Amino acid sequence: MNTSAPETTTLDIEGMTCASCAAFVEKSLTRTPGVQSALVNYATEKATVQYLPDQASPNTLKEAVVKAGYGVTERAPDTSAADRQAAIDKQKAQAYQQLKRRFWVAVGLSVVIMPLSMLMLWPALMQRINMQTLNYLLLLLTLPVLLYSGREFYASAWNGFRHRAANMDTLIAVGTGAAFLYSLAATVAPGWFTNRGLMPEVYYDTTATIIALILLGKVLEQRAKTQTSAAIKTLLGLQAKTARVVRPGGQEIDVPIEQVQLHDVIVVRPGEKVATDGVLLEGTSAVDEAMLTGESLPVEKQPGDPVFGATLNKTGSFRFRVTKVGADTMLAQIVKLVEDAQGSRAPIQRLADKVSAIFVPTVIVIAILTFVLWFDLAPVESRLPLALVNFVAVLIIACPCALGLATPTAIMVSTGKGAEHGVLIRSAEALEKAYQVNTVLLDKTGTITRGEPAVTDFAAAPGQDAARLLQLVAAVERQSEHPLAAAVVRYADAQHYTALPATDFRAVAGHGAAATVEGQTVLIGNRRLLTAEAIALTPELETHAQQLLSQAKTVLYVAIDGQGVGVLAVADTVRDTSAAAIRQLQQQGIEVVMMTGDNPQTAAAVAGQVGITRYFAEVLPQDKASKVLELQAEGRTVAMVGDGINDAPALALADIGLAIGAGTDVAMEAAGITLMRSDLQGVVTAIALSRQTIRVIRQNLFFAFIYNTLGIPVAAGLLYPVFGWLLSPMLAAGAMALSSVSVLTNSLRLRGFTAR
Amino acid sequence: MDTTEILVTLGGLGLAAYVIWYFFFSTRHITTAVSGSGGIQAVAITVKGGYSPDVIEVEWGQPVQLSFYRAEDNSCSEELLIPDFSIRRELPAFQTTLVELLPQQAGRFEFTCGMGMLRGSLVVK
Ligand SMILES: [Cu+2]
Repeated sequence: MNTSAPETTTLDIEGMTCASCAAFVEKSLTRTPGVQSALVNYATEKATVQYLPDQASPNTLKEAVVKAGYGVTERAPDTSAADRQAAIDKQKAQAYQQLKRRFWVAVGLSVVIMPLSMLMLWPALMQRINMQTLNYLLLLLTLPVLLYSGREFYASAWNGFRHRAANMDTLIAVGTGAAFLYSLAATVAPGWFTNRGLMPEVYYDTTATIIALILLGKVLEQRAKTQTSAAIKTLLGLQAKTARVVRPGGQEIDVPIEQVQLHDVIVVRPGEKVATDGVLLEGTSAVDEAMLTGESLPVEKQPGDPVFGATLNKTGSFRFRVTKVGADTMLAQIVKLVEDAQGSRAPIQRLADKVSAIFVPTVIVIAILTFVLWFDLAPVESRLPLALVNFVAVLIIACPCALGLATPTAIMVSTGKGAEHGVLIRSAEALEKAYQVNTVLLDKTGTITRGEPAVTDFAAAPGQDAARLLQLVAAVERQSEHPLAAAVVRYADAQHYTALPATDFRAVAGHGAAATVEGQTVLIGNRRLLTAEAIALTPELETHAQQLLSQAKTVLYVAIDGQGVGVLAVADTVRDTSAAAIRQLQQQGIEVVMMTGDNPQTAAAVAGQVGITRYFAEVLPQDKASKVLELQAEGRTVAMVGDGINDAPALALADIGLAIGAGTDVAMEAAGITLMRSDLQGVVTAIALSRQTIRVIRQNLFFAFIYNTLGIPVAAGLLYPVFGWLLSPMLAAGAMALSSVSVLTNSLRLRGFTAR
Repeated sequence: MDTTEILVTLGGLGLAAYVIWYFFFSTRHITTAVSGSGGIQAVAITVKGGYSPDVIEVEWGQPVQLSFYRAEDNSCSEELLIPDFSIRRELPAFQTTLVELLPQQAGRFEFTCGMGMLRGSLVVK
């Protein structure tokens, strides 16, 4: 490791009273030896310092600040993402409680105000009650609704107005404010109205009910919103809280996860969570990685295998060495990727964005024009109330929040859902692209096939004990480092044969390997080894070998004490799930095309095995990208599925790239979607998820647009001359409250998404 | 048309014109980020019914540190979105939230609240 790489730290500075203090602290930090740069922010009281760790340390930095006359607040050991989220959650919970209180106050008063206002509809009752007194009573009841329950709308509208930003609160504030002020005037100075031949009507019920209904909408909205981000919270909650660290002395102690350092050795017992990422040192076990990869079967782990934080140890006890902590861990990277995707905007949202940007001012103008037209055209005696009611109705119904929520909520739910299935979506745009795909281009090796050789056939010469033979061969191959040898060992291990010791191991370069096992000389290698050692094969084995060769498999020959006794065939095998996944893609109307570096015969064999009709054979690695272009030239929208770095250009060129089995490196720059699971099922899930998400978004946008485009003209009274329809402001408020809630609820349906 | 109608009509049209001018055509103040000695461009933004300042000019290729102080607990501003940089943050009320980004190309990048109602923009030169 390069020790001179600069490190960055953040200090909380105490005692700064002005911007020049900040400049002073900054200067003294900059002058400290080893500091490359320092930036002090007066507003946040934080210093961000970049320093060389071999010349400076957080301690010397602190000394420099103290020498300058200021203090450094000791921070609690780095608060984890989960803690930060918990703090935000607590604050949100409090805000939600307050919102509910304000809502119930508004409801409580509205249910009193409503019937009292209705009294005026009974002429018999009106005779006996003084209208003036009643109006003052209503005013008294409405004031708390306005000042306590609705305070936020007026404050926000005013703040927004000063920023030349108008939001939904502006509309509600102007609407209810106008209704209230009119009522107030009618209460205080009824004479002014009666003198002009107008009834001094009051709209306290409208004011109070609108506020209650809008608050109802907000309460429901808040509740639904917490559910949209539930996936991230679940992911963060997976993190282990403590780790059992083995100290150099050998004793084991439990420490908080934040204190775990690189190169620590950690013990994990059955049933425990793996604390962080690392490499297994001793012990074997099966680990459930479903939370990270979506793979439901536990993964066997042996010394040397990577283990990941937040996964669940099922069977054995093991020790591992920590290789990653904090933000570098796989879980943290997944959380970051999901958060990034949730922050991105889908192209489909752009129109809605443009609309909502100009929406509120436009609605205000429409409302003003509505008022003017009604005032000018309605009969004189009712023109003012009619103009007012329609003005308020337009303002209230036009709230565009449903439009703003349509896409982001769906994206939030579906990216979270994807992560649950081991499908990491990089951005909302990637999700939208995946929806349009009609052709999937698969790189054979590592996607359709496992990408590593496996023993497919094993035959012993007549009279030989096959089990015994395999045991001998495995003993030799265990010593070898050749990739094919690993395949043989895996095959033998899978049959649970006991390992035998081998001596006098020698690798014969380009030929194979030899060793002595239990007194017998065992040779394993290719044809050239046989020739070099002048070993003959029995005719049966010879025909068998020819047969295997014709299937494009690699053949290994086994000889014991100079006698050819067996053949093994090794090939890259098709994954169990490939054929089913490809069939599912084809059923969705997607053409699946394969490409491979293999010769046409092998390509045809694999393609036939998994049901692919179109394939490119003998594609050189550097030509993969041009195959993508070739398909795009046919007018197709191409999803490229590849398993790694060498596929990067093709992944980047495709309309959407899906990196498969990138379990060890989440940060796949070239791919729009990363599949944590090493099989094609993830491709099916990704495409199905994107299709469902875009469908939901379209429904949301349709609802929101329809609602506003139909709602506004009705509220303005456009249908009045034809049908005599007017929209009561209270009805508008109810509809408005439900609009965003229905969009949210529709998005939440994505939580029910299940991969087939 | 009586006098009241004429007055209401003229008043209404005038008000409508004012709303259009105020929201769409009035000039906005542009704030330039202050570059610290580390080359980090820092801007403090107050969130209260909108973003002030709401138009921020930064240099291309230099890290930008935006500190958002949310001076209200109104739910409208609780989320901050900078879609071009894939940033979504929750802004806790009465707290400062740091957002760091690296503008790698020139252009105008919007930041908005969760519903897209409050708006500001980052002008990268
Ligand atoms: Cu709304």
